Amino acid sequence: MKKLMLGNEAVARGLYEAGVKVASSYPGTPSTEITESAATYDEIRCEWASNEKVSAEAAAGASFAGARSFCGMKHVGLNVAADPFFTMSYIGVNGGMMLAVADDPGMHSSQNEQDSRHYARAAKVPMLEPADSSECKEYTKLAYELSEEYDTPVVLRLTMRIAHSRSLVELDEREELPLKEYKKNPQKNVMLPAFAKGRHEFVEQRTERLIELAESDKINKVELNEGAKIGVIAAGDCYQYAKEALGENASYLKLGMVYPLPEKLICDFAAKVDKLYVIEELDDFIEAHCRKLGLKPIGKEIFSLCGEFSQKTVKELVLGKKAETVCLDEDIPVRPPVMCCGCPHRGLFYALKKLGVYVSGDIGCYTLGATAPLSTMDTCVCMGASVSALHGYNLAKGEDGEKNSVAVIGDSTFIHSGITGLIDIAYNATNSVVIVLDNSITGMTGHQQNPTTGYNIKGDPAAAVNLETLCHAVGIPNVVVCDPYNLDETINTIKEQLNTPGPSVVISRRPCALLKYVKHKPALKIDKDKCIGCKKCLSIGCPAISIRNKKAEIDATQCVGCGVCTSLCPKSAIGE
Amino acid sequence: MSKVKSVLIVGVGGQGTLLASRLLGNALLSKGYDVKVSEVHGMSQRGGSVVTYVRYGDKVASPIVDLGEADLILSFEALEAARFLPYLKKGGKIIVNTQQIDPMPVVTGKAEYPENILDKIRNKGVEVVSANALELAEQAGSVKAVNVVLMGMLAKHTDIEKQVWLDTVRDTVPPKFLDLNLKAFELGMAASPQ
Repeated sequence: MKKLMLGNEAVARGLYEAGVKVASSYPGTPSTEITESAATYDEIRCEWASNEKVSAEAAAGASFAGARSFCGMKHVGLNVAADPFFTMSYIGVNGGMMLAVADDPGMHSSQNEQDSRHYARAAKVPMLEPADSSECKEYTKLAYELSEEYDTPVVLRLTMRIAHSRSLVELDEREELPLKEYKKNPQKNVMLPAFAKGRHEFVEQRTERLIELAESDKINKVELNEGAKIGVIAAGDCYQYAKEALGENASYLKLGMVYPLPEKLICDFAAKVDKLYVIEELDDFIEAHCRKLGLKPIGKEIFSLCGEFSQKTVKELVLGKKAETVCLDEDIPVRPPVMCCGCPHRGLFYALKKLGVYVSGDIGCYTLGATAPLSTMDTCVCMGASVSALHGYNLAKGEDGEKNSVAVIGDSTFIHSGITGLIDIAYNATNSVVIVLDNSITGMTGHQQNPTTGYNIKGDPAAAVNLETLCHAVGIPNVVVCDPYNLDETINTIKEQLNTPGPSVVISRRPCALLKYVKHKPALKIDKDKCIGCKKCLSIGCPAISIRNKKAEIDATQCVGCGVCTSLCPKSAIGE
Repeated sequence: MSKVKSVLIVGVGGQGTLLASRLLGNALLSKGYDVKVSEVHGMSQRGGSVVTYVRYGDKVASPIVDLGEADLILSFEALEAARFLPYLKKGGKIIVNTQQIDPMPVVTGKAEYPENILDKIRNKGVEVVSANALELAEQAGSVKAVNVVLMGMLAKHTDIEKQVWLDTVRDTVPPKFLDLNLKAFELGMAASPQ
């Protein structure tokens, strides 16, 4: 049976068919649906872990126990999981272990454009890169074979375009595997220096054997087209763009394994074509390898190091063909993403804007607080950085900083890596104010449960972290809760904590307006007789409110009656 | 070998473009085509301009539809049709919901929503099929059915038989909303001239 599947769903299907027993991940666009989809198979024990490092270690533990195991993450998640990742390369596996890492060329939903292929080389771990959903499934199964045969974790590298495209997949049955026998083996599994030295040598020999595999036609494929003078080396989505643009006018070396790379295979291919191109998004990873082999391919001299490619990129840069287009003669206003109607973050950011404080930001839907008209975020680095960077800011600025700055962090991000920063604040004593935006869900990646919500990945009841108790327990004396729908309460609560001695946590608590169990009130209406068109209600950036004929208007199809706008109106013109 | 056809589905995040692309993808699959659908995911796309690509034929390589390549653009909102116009192939067609949703720069008064935007597109020699899908969806019973109304409008401009569409709707939407969606589909079809 053939099914139209997302790349991510196809990876999950591969996990199922390969007999994987344990999957532990932290959500991150564009990787989230792998684990969400894996959770629909009862045979796989799936979970959302508190962060990527935890998930990679859980997968390592399951491998020790003899199960095939998995963890998935976005590219920046591998930074978090890098510590276990590098040493698992030395240890290898008992049950096969695969990590999926999804890069985001073009930064559709990410804070940077890092190229994960460097991790494979740095940790000396083989990396496969599929070019469609069918390969997502096949390479996943292959990864487990290689993992066990070569005694190594294997990385499946996806790009956003492969992860989030649907194409046809042939479904097969699951191979049910018993747990492999666990044998105590400290020389292999306990990475003391004395043991690790031996394992490092093993890793180098393993890479040699993997290069031999790369030279064969098992994963890397040569497609020669008669009469074609152009040769293209590419992997993943770039292979598809090249095929789309050049068709049979080029020959291809399609790399299924992007680390380690073959040598002879590449040189032989290069010898068969007049003009050699390496087409790859982001860094010159394959091109640099070719240059090391003494070849001079055309690569980053014409292709950008930045952004996502498409067939247009190849048509323009290889063939010099420009697309014919129709355009209007006027500017089209941009439409950036906005906080949803009824979003609890809106009231909180409005309060912060009124207070005029420095806002140390973090990763989540609430990063939109940086955009107009709220424009209330000063910095955003990575998951958890809001808390620890606020601590550093206050170390440098002293009392002046402490009384005029806050950190904002979502509930899931707080558990991911905000809590460690908060411990630092308590232990090393800055009077910092950390605001936890508790909307009872992991919002940005599309509503995943997390350790604070009381439910697990399957939606079954689970232990819930009590944020108040947790903050008290790590040494925060002042822990208070406010409702961001109530602007006065929110402003006063934060103001009070800025002037209270000792570090504080303010929990801004209100569930995400898109959660199914959240009951909405009827849409609000503007009393046109009272409205003076002052536009004060526009300052919260609610997409349901606009100005028509110099009076405010509320779009009844969008408004969820949250009421945040009502307290802004000087004429009390907004009501039910 | 039949040529690969490209469809662009555009709109405002939260309008249900993903369900629409899934419906179209599954209907094309029933017809035996090779299909690729490329989507934009994540909650924080909401309210923003979103685009989904659907490509089909004997064998599809790239999942992306780029500038000047779309045979058809299905737009959930008028301004988005104008924004993605450069993606239309010469001789291509636009099917559009006339509903206007103000983007944030318009809400805050930094920009104006262009007037008569669909006429301006027509004046460029582009065929535009338009209807107010929001009103039709309300008529069907829910404003959330805008996406299925638009699929009905699209249906007449594909080589997929009506029965295949109806079966696909049945297989894709939750049973308790089936009647509503079938009605929405019929209303969309009726509103779209061949």
